[in-house]
Formats: sequence, C-alpha cells, structure tokens
Amino acid sequence: MSMIRFEKVDVIFSKQPREALALLDQGLTRDQILKKTGQVVGVENANLDIERGEICVLMGLSGSGKSSLLRCINGLNTVSRGRLLIEHEGAEVDIASCSPATLKAMRTKRIAMVFQKFALMPWLTVAENVGFGLEMQHRPAAERKKLVDEKLELVGLSQWRDKRPDQLSGGMQQRVGLARALAMDADILLMDEPFSALDPLIRQQLQDELLVLQRKLHKTIVFVSHDLDEALKLGSRIAIMKDGRIIQYSKPEEIVLNPADDYVRTFVAHTNPLNVLCGESLMRPLQQCRHEGNEICVDQGRDCWLGLDDNNGVQCARQGGQDLKLQRWAPGDLVANLRREPTLVNVRIAMRDALQIRYQTGHKLVLEDNGQVVGILGDSELYHALLGKNLEKDDNNAAKPVQVQPAELSRVV
Amino acid sequence: MLTDHKLPLGQYIADFVEWLTLNGAEFFDSVADTLEMLIQGVTHGLLWFNPLVLIGLFALLTQLIQRKWALTAFCALSFLLILNLGYWQETMETLAQVLFATLVCVAIGVPLGIAAAHKPMFYTFMRPVLDLMQTVPTFVYLIPTLTLFGLGVVPGLISTVVFAIAAPIRLTYLGIQDVPHELLDAGKAFGCSRWQLLSRIELPHAMPSIGAGVTQCIMLSLSMVVIAALVGADGLGKPVVNALNTADIALGFEAGLSIVLLAILLDRVCKQPEAKRRTEA
Repeated sequence: MSMIRFEKVDVIFSKQPREALALLDQGLTRDQILKKTGQVVGVENANLDIERGEICVLMGLSGSGKSSLLRCINGLNTVSRGRLLIEHEGAEVDIASCSPATLKAMRTKRIAMVFQKFALMPWLTVAENVGFGLEMQHRPAAERKKLVDEKLELVGLSQWRDKRPDQLSGGMQQRVGLARALAMDADILLMDEPFSALDPLIRQQLQDELLVLQRKLHKTIVFVSHDLDEALKLGSRIAIMKDGRIIQYSKPEEIVLNPADDYVRTFVAHTNPLNVLCGESLMRPLQQCRHEGNEICVDQGRDCWLGLDDNNGVQCARQGGQDLKLQRWAPGDLVANLRREPTLVNVRIAMRDALQIRYQTGHKLVLEDNGQVVGILGDSELYHALLGKNLEKDDNNAAKPVQVQPAELSRVV
Repeated sequence: MLTDHKLPLGQYIADFVEWLTLNGAEFFDSVADTLEMLIQGVTHGLLWFNPLVLIGLFALLTQLIQRKWALTAFCALSFLLILNLGYWQETMETLAQVLFATLVCVAIGVPLGIAAAHKPMFYTFMRPVLDLMQTVPTFVYLIPTLTLFGLGVVPGLISTVVFAIAAPIRLTYLGIQDVPHELLDAGKAFGCSRWQLLSRIELPHAMPSIGAGVTQCIMLSLSMVVIAALVGADGLGKPVVNALNTADIALGFEAGLSIVLLAILLDRVCKQPEAKRRTEA
C-alpha cells in the first residue's frame, strides 16, 4: 500500500466547482475556464503514488499547482473531485471525503507541515513554537518538554529555546519550523518550498541536514520546490508540474536523461549534472569500445589495454609492454591517494566523484558491476555530460541513456 | 414647495423613544438600577481604602505593569497632588466610571470585532453604524438616554459606551484581519479547531491591536466625563460644570488638572505592555 495516493484529483478553487469540472471534462484549458466561470483550476487530473520513506518532490514554476496539490494532503485545499488516499493504521483514509473529525485526527497525528515563510508564532518562544503541535495532541507538559528538547537538539537550536523567532536568522527560523513538524512524530511531512526564502548557502546546508535527518527518521516527505537542482538533490522521485498538470513523474536521473517534453528539457538544461548523473549513464559501454582479441582498449593514446575473461572480469591490464595492477576506488576512499593510472570503480559512481578521480589520476575510469567490466569513462564522456549533450537523442558518440536503475542510487535512503 | 411638507423624521424618533419609555419603563429602570449599583459598588470599593494606602497600591500596580521608576513616582505624586487639592472622591468616582465603561466596551466590542473579522457581510453592515456612533454629537443621544434611564450616572455611562465602543471594535477587527494567512494555515495544519484557531492564533496575534483599542477606549471614556456630568453623573466633571456655571477659574483649573493627570496616568499605564515586551526580548 502506498503511503499517499492521488487518484484523478482535480482541485478547483470554488465552493461550486461543478460547472468548472464539466468544462474541464470537455477539454477546456485553465485560461478558458477562468474566463468563462471565473474559477481557478489549481490541479487537473493528478495521479501520484508516494511510497513510505521516500522524498517526493513536486516541482514546477509558480502557478503550476504544486503547492495546491501539496496542500490537499492535509486538507488545507479541498479536493474538488477524485480520491486522495492516505495510509493510516493499516487502512486507507480518503482525505477528499473524510469527516472533519478524521481530518483533524490526521492533521494532529499523521501529517506535519513546514511552511515557506516559516509561519512561526511571533508571540511564542522557540520552545513553545516547537511544542505547538504537541499541545494540539494533548500531550502532558513533561512529555512535551522532553520531546521539544529532543527536537531542538536534533536541529541544533537547544541554546535558543527561550528566544523569540524574530531574534533568529531565517535559516534558524526554518529549523524551528522543521523541529515543530518533527516533534509531531507524524509519518508524513509536507514541506512547501521550505528553503526558498533562504540564502543559497544556508539553503544547501539545510538540504544536506534534511537528507541526514531523513536517513535517521525515514519519514514520507512531500517537498515542493521550484528549483530543479534542489529537487534532483533531495528527491527520490520528482513530479514535474505545469499548468496544474503532472507532466512527468520519475526518478531524478530519468528526468535528466529522458525529459518527457520540451518544458522539462528546458528545466533540465539549466541543472548541474554533477549531482544527478552516475557512471552508468555516462560511460561508453563495453560493446562500443575497441576490442582486439580478448583485450579492450582503455586509452589508445597511452597504449593502455585491459584483458578480460569470458565473464568480462578483469584478467590483466597493461600500458604498452608494462603490466598494470589496476587500483580500485570505492565511495568514501580518499581520491588523493590514487596513483596516476586507470582506476576501477563501481558503475554507479557519482559524476562528481568520477570527475575528481579523472582529475587526480589523469587516466580513464573502468566501470564494473558485480565484478564485470561494463564500460569506460573518459574525458569525452564527461565533457558530453557537462555540455548536456547526452540529452540529444541523435548523439551516438556519447553514452546512451542505458537502462537506469536509480532505485539503487546512493542518494536514496 | 419642497419645504411645504416637512418629513417628520425627528417626530418619528421622538415618538419611538416615548413608546420605549412607556412600554419599557420597567426594563430600563431595572437596567439603570443594576448599573448604578455596580458603579456605586466599585466607587465605594475604591473609597473604602485609606487614600494613602490606595495611592501606594496604584504605584505598585504601575511599577508591576510598566517597570519604570519615573512613571511610578509620577503616579504617586499625581495622586498625592489630587488628594491635596481635595478632589480625591471625585477622581475615584471618575476612575470607577471609566473603568466600568471600558469593561463594558471591551466585553461587547471585542466579540463584535471578532465576528466582524470573520463575517465580512456583518462588518459592511456595522461600519456605518460605527461611523454614526462616533460622529453624532454626544448631546443628541444624551437626550433619549436621559429620558430612558433618568438622571444620574447611568445615562452618562451609556453615552460613554456608545461613544467609545467603536475603538475596540475597529481595532479588534483590524488585528484579526491582519493575521497572516500562513499562521492560520499552520494552525490548521497542526490540527487546530476553529475555537483553537481563535484562541491560539488570532487573539494572540491581535493582542497588541486590541490593547491599543482598550487604551483608546479609556481615553475616549475620560473625554466623556464632563459631558456625563451634565446629566448628573458624579465625578470630576461636576466641579468643571460648576466652575463653568459660576465662572470660577480656580475651581475649573484644579478639576481640569485632575482630569489631565488621570488621563496621562491611565494612558501611560495601559500603553501596550505586550508590544514593549516583544521588542525588549
């Protein structure tokens, strides 16, 4: 059972959405419906499955309906048509049609939210703000204090507990917002552009902190962002929205490699591939390398060759007439310790690491998967990715978007 | 020609008030009696203390609320001066009336302000009424209240309330209107019921504004003291009216000074301890 499931959800900002819904069914666009009825279509036919423990990023420009969709999950926006199912105690609750009491229960126990403009109560102290949701849960004071202290510790604001929010910097205020949401101990965390109002450096720092926290806490996070870099960094899956519709819903790497349409492609063109792509989608596959006997050419200029056995395992390596013992690198190893020779790495190496190894060793990388050599990664492949050329379908020199298995991406928890 | 047939507007109102007086006499009398008793009670309560003890208590209260030694000293000295000039009883009567009028204004005004903020239609309807209450010259509604409630402190109180209640209504309305949408969303997202939204988010956020409304209300009530004296209310207005009738400059000045001192004190003491705490913190 998925944690959150949208089934054909339409959101129209009106108490009488019937007319607009009918027009929507007739295939009219948002603008036409606005002109005819004066009603705003927030979201149109949204279908989305969000699994337990994943970070789903809703991404799009302002007005694309991403916030509208997010706010449906805890009922801040009303679903005009369709079902919005949330797993709760082994059953599914349809937020679109549940009773006010159920909605309140879901809001107090199941779903917590972090806001773009922090939405802290200026008349309460930091600790009181963090404890706000706990009071709504009617927890006794002692338990509240314990939980508040725990969460403040978690976001590193313990010594600020008795200050008021306006004495804190923006980044700290949002940490309070995060602590307040985490204190609820809800499984679902909604984040509505939480880092957009912050400086770029603070934003990156908080993104990193969120990833670290998520590794500990395993929440189901729905995150709204207008920044694809942020989405690619955080998301285990990304739903790209435009004009109230979900255009593409897939894993980050797939979005970069296979944009669904030109709209997504323009987004992708401005992203930094270093954080998204991995060796598998960059490399020149083994079949395309130059074979001679049972040797393949790693580096023609340096006369560097690799001998393979029948299972494509490494048998030997040589440079000219000299034997090489291939060095290995695994995530976490110090790149500075590598010798100036070709390096054997896992096929799912992050592009940033690959570039660093290439820079340090001055040699190509040999990519292996379960002991089998699958491809080679050198300058031309890296340059292609940096220039965004691997997005061009007719490019046959660069690595083709080979079958991606982003489920195993290291970013995912 | 247009003046040939004068619309008997004034007559209608007069007839209506007369009808009220005839049919509601019992009701209005009981209201007047109750209010009179309550105000008398507060006044007697204040006068029961030894003046010096009460001055000490006032000074202590000032110190507790505002924590400024200069203001506390000013408070003590002002009351001592009033005591010395011989207006202690009048001052306490006025204080009781002002406090009571403010209490009534807040008790009615704040809920009305909240309702207005939540129901825009209600506010549209109420706005002209508020404008009317603030602009119609006080003497005009002093007459009907006088006929309805009889001479004494009650018509003064009612007129004061009519005159002063607009301030807490408007400022409560403004304060609640001003609550940022994000805060309300946050409240809802964390499971607040409507009542909790009001008590946990809207009212705390509107508190500085409501405080300003209360302070304004106190000042407006004080400005009504002299007018209330015309219809027989006790207090500092009485010597002023007497001074006016007898052209007694000395009496007028002393009573006027007492009113001013009381006004300054009430204003300074009530001024937004909430807002102050926030900027200090």
